Amino acid sequence: MTATRISPETATALAAFLLSMADDEFVIGFSDSEWTGIAPILEEDVAMSSIAQDELGHARALYELLAALLDDGRDADALAYDREPEAYRHAGLLDHPRGDWAMTMARRFLYDTADDARLASVGEVWPPLAELIAKVRREERYHLMHVLAWADRLARAGGESRARFVAALEMLAPDASTVLTIPEGEAALLDAGIITRPMSAAAAAWRAEVAAILGPLGITLTLEPAADAVAARTGHGDAFRWLWGEFTSVRRSEPGATW
Amino acid sequence: MVTAAALRCPAPTTAATTTPTTTPTTTPTIDGAAVRDLLRSVHDPEIPTISIVDLGIVESVAITNDGIEIELLPTFVGCPALDIIRGAVLEALVPLGRPTTVEFTWRVPWTSSRISPLGRERLAASGFAPPAEPADVRCPYCASARVAMDSAFGPTQCRSLFYCRDCRQPFEAFKPV
Repeated sequence: MTATRISPETATALAAFLLSMADDEFVIGFSDSEWTGIAPILEEDVAMSSIAQDELGHARALYELLAALLDDGRDADALAYDREPEAYRHAGLLDHPRGDWAMTMARRFLYDTADDARLASVGEVWPPLAELIAKVRREERYHLMHVLAWADRLARAGGESRARFVAALEMLAPDASTVLTIPEGEAALLDAGIITRPMSAAAAAWRAEVAAILGPLGITLTLEPAADAVAARTGHGDAFRWLWGEFTSVRRSEPGATW
Repeated sequence: MVTAAALRCPAPTTAATTTPTTTPTTTPTIDGAAVRDLLRSVHDPEIPTISIVDLGIVESVAITNDGIEIELLPTFVGCPALDIIRGAVLEALVPLGRPTTVEFTWRVPWTSSRISPLGRERLAASGFAPPAEPADVRCPYCASARVAMDSAFGPTQCRSLFYCRDCRQPFEAFKPV
């Protein structure tokens, strides 16, 4: 770990950035794992389980980087499981209940495309993160292929499939930009080269990408930038409190449990 | 099938070590080749016909005054088999009688092109198509090119589901990453 070359100010900003990315992957991973056993068809049951497993793996690796950076005695499990719901910093987009299949695909579509723009903004100056992101992007490519195929299928199917998918996209759209926020310290990350473009630039690229995909399907979404970068990742509601209760249940019933 | 238990697999620590309980009175010379030979006895936990060496996940073997340092490359970031593989490596190297460290690194991404020719043969013999772009996948049973991908996602993170239209056999193919 080469965290020693990073100034204290940059380390604080980097920790916030790592926490937001880790919490995003962790929360969407656990949300998607709720489909294990009940997805519409067997292949999708397997696909969502595999995607969820990938995301939880990415979260674990990011929490490990964060644990090494913070060096405060907490390991990846402690960071993942031993916080109160208010302390999680995932994007507001991930705060909605799982909903139906169209809702899950709409959320994955907005998240995967935004996450891709975020990952493409990470520079190479801090090798522990750059190396991990290079590896993660090789896996996320499959998630994108999967969700783009579903977006196409649902939108072109017409009828109830299209109606539900479009309604879900429109319901989630006001929160979609929350993925591309850094709570604080973006200037320090840019100065250090840990990110190579501001998240506003990543968001512009993402909006163009979404329009290029949805336009040919006859869908227009309004994706306003998040008004408040802090509020975008705090104030989690009842849906997240329920999920938190699920994913911390073992850890709370047996403190320090590993499995 | 991925189980709920697998989804909630714990985070492995980044390194593990063993310390021999007895120190050999003489210290025989060990070279990297000897270590790699022993690592050929460590197999993928799910595909026992292929060794971790032929799978291409052994990135480096370093012999130092302090012992043996092994660097491994996970095939997928969230691979739940990492702890099992780490344990098997430590056990396999016990006969060398040196303190051993096993670390997983992302420094070099594991890509499916790291699988050796022998590894590809062994995979095919076990009914798994070696990693290839979908258009280049061949049926491991009858070698037909008339195959179709059913799903990019299979029972483990690193495998996809295919179907052979000639011998009508479903099979799994390693994902190219």
